[in-house]
Amino acid sequence: MKYVDEYRDGALAQSIAETIKREARADRIYRLMEFCGGHTHAISRYGLEDLLPPSVRMIHGPGCPVCVLPMARIDLGILCARDPRITLCVYGDMMRVPGSQGSSFLKAKAEGADVRMVYSTLDAIKIAEKEPNREVVFFAIGFETTTPPTALAIRAAQKKGLKNFSVLCNHVLTPAAMTAILESGGEEGVLVEGFVGPAHVSTVIGTKPYEVFASHYRKPVVIAGFEPLDVAQAILMLIRQINDGRSEVENEYIRAVTREGNARAQAEVAEVFDLRDTFEWRGLGWLPDSALKLRGKYAEYDAETRFGLVAQPAKDNPACECGAILRGVKAPRECRLFGTVCTPDTPMGSCMVSPEGACSAHWTYGRFRERNAA
Amino acid sequence: MSRLEPVRRKLDLKAGRVDLSHGAGGRAMGRLIEDIFHEAFDNDWLRAGNDQSAFEVGAGRMVMTTDGYVVSPLFFPGGDIGKLAVNGTINDVAMAGAKPLYLSASFIIEEGFPFADLKRIAQSMGEASRAAGVPIITGDTKVVERGKADGVFVTTCGVGAVMAGLVLSSDRARPGDVVIVSGTMGDHGVAVMSKRENLEFETEILSDTAALHGLVADMVAACGPQLRVMRDPTRGGLAATLNELAHSSGVGFSIEESAIPIRAEVAAACEFLGLDPLNVANEGKLVAIVAPEAADALLAVMKAHPQGRDSAILGRAVEDENRFVEMRTAFGGGRIVDWLAGEQLPRIC
Amino acid sequence: MCLAIPVRIVEILPDDMAKVSLDGVVKTVSTALIEDPAVGDYVVLHVGYALTKIDPEEAERTLEMLAQAGVAA
Repeated sequence: MKYVDEYRDGALAQSIAETIKREARADRIYRLMEFCGGHTHAISRYGLEDLLPPSVRMIHGPGCPVCVLPMARIDLGILCARDPRITLCVYGDMMRVPGSQGSSFLKAKAEGADVRMVYSTLDAIKIAEKEPNREVVFFAIGFETTTPPTALAIRAAQKKGLKNFSVLCNHVLTPAAMTAILESGGEEGVLVEGFVGPAHVSTVIGTKPYEVFASHYRKPVVIAGFEPLDVAQAILMLIRQINDGRSEVENEYIRAVTREGNARAQAEVAEVFDLRDTFEWRGLGWLPDSALKLRGKYAEYDAETRFGLVAQPAKDNPACECGAILRGVKAPRECRLFGTVCTPDTPMGSCMVSPEGACSAHWTYGRFRERNAA
Repeated sequence: MSRLEPVRRKLDLKAGRVDLSHGAGGRAMGRLIEDIFHEAFDNDWLRAGNDQSAFEVGAGRMVMTTDGYVVSPLFFPGGDIGKLAVNGTINDVAMAGAKPLYLSASFIIEEGFPFADLKRIAQSMGEASRAAGVPIITGDTKVVERGKADGVFVTTCGVGAVMAGLVLSSDRARPGDVVIVSGTMGDHGVAVMSKRENLEFETEILSDTAALHGLVADMVAACGPQLRVMRDPTRGGLAATLNELAHSSGVGFSIEESAIPIRAEVAAACEFLGLDPLNVANEGKLVAIVAPEAADALLAVMKAHPQGRDSAILGRAVEDENRFVEMRTAFGGGRIVDWLAGEQLPRIC
Repeated sequence: MCLAIPVRIVEILPDDMAKVSLDGVVKTVSTALIEDPAVGDYVVLHVGYALTKIDPEEAERTLEMLAQAGVAA
């Protein structure tokens, strides 16, 4: 696969690993956060941590839209699904995420709710066209990568004059979450020293939004492509910045990311969405200006308005440490539920359900490393 | 007065549909069975028209297996539910190192199911059965109300005779034993998924559904006493099979990602959907665990057979009380090949 | 971040749609977010939408950078 295989080359990986080992100073630890769940997945899928020296510690960030979605919002989706008028369309990732009382979209489907897994908003629009008697609600999740497709779906619904399509919007913003991590870091004694920045969020928003983290917070940021060699290279670039005492935004993913990003995508999003004053993030609490809602002129496509939906507060299992884990403050092993009550078969929280979550990654990868270290 | 013979109406196989009368045990059901099933399976046992069929048994051990087939869609690139049922049942028998002898097939048909589709499935089963040399000697038919079956469900039973002295079982793998796979992984699952609603993509990938008893016969003849266990990695893919065997045998496995044969198109389809090919179903492949001294010989025998051309050694069983299936990635790092909680779902993240 | 893959445009369709291929697997997707899609272009695909074109020169430069990273400093 072109533009894929070259960036997975094992031999190149070994030589970059050698360089990292050489340049990582022996007298310090490097605490780097890969913000994005996709990068967390790549690191565990390819066993990238085996190539890093012990002084380089990867902290798994909260950039996994499934992981940061609070139970209250999942419950809202399940409420919609249980409405006999509604056909709820969801991405595959959401099917097994636990809501309150152990519910999930998959379980709701088993109970008779009309829940349909889709690959794209294009599919949801097709369903709305084919089934005019059904109220089709698209459960939208995702960071800035996934938001433009939702914006386009709403515009398409408008253009086609669809009267039965709406979106339950849970889109969130990356820079807000990164700010929250850095703001909380001091109190909890966790100092993230550099970020591996998201690949595809950045194709949309560009590298500009990260400049504040370099200039104001003095943290190096390297935007990395999606493949393991990209991540390895980005880690090397971060180590070099830290060694040199620089804090800049660098772009490793030059083949797909520019400073300005995708203007057309940004315009579509700006047309349809507005900032919510505040939004709840699992693990990070209520963050201002961190999430999106539909603008007034698109109210008929907003499921919350259309169906009068109000999220009810929902409490996580008190022993669940997803919050601390998402902030990079605790490791999966430090959660009392990990591996006993909470497993991929019986996930208690989102960190375990999503293949990108820190707990799921540790289950797949970390237990194995522990065994080797013992 | 001459006897009145009602004109025997043939089923309208082009446009007709199954209705509840076809399951009621009367003449309508008799016509369905004759015109569709007997016509397709065509053997003396069925023509005798009994509820059971008798056969001779030789000395020695026999195996019996049963399976239910509920695949959706019913027709997919490379096969259909019928072909899957015949080959799948034969394979379950063959994995014991047994020669498959006879099959049974029972059909639960949804009211409204088109005769044309039922005939297509039956014909496909007949062809697969004849190609494999394993007749379908008895069967059953039921019809349920609309909505109570996904078109048609097929349940089978297979019996076979095990070679004397051959004992294959999932708890027999030992550290040092070699893991061999008979061909490319993920073909079937991808072929089926390509036709699933809301996931459609165009591809040339065909299901790999195939009867493996010929390959198994060669393997047993060459290395019977050194074989520990064979299993076909169907639902859950290679990952599920290796984890099951690790748990049953109390060992770990250590395999090389770069050794796993995967077609480029299958890898690409998995990329599209965010799936791991190791978790994707196969219907014409087997995994064999064999004593190390016989590994090379077994591999050669497998590669010489049409069903085993792409066979490859993946790794070995190792001492591991954790029973992890570890894999060295092509990238050079290590990871665990995990046992999935449920069906792997396409992801966006 | 999100799962996105590089695919090649093999056919342009009306209404800002296109057929894309990854090693022979073909899907119909939207090109509404990119400018002037053309057959032969490589794009990053996410949930059925092309997000951006892949710049072949920058891709080459990246490979060189990766190769360099392994060379003694």
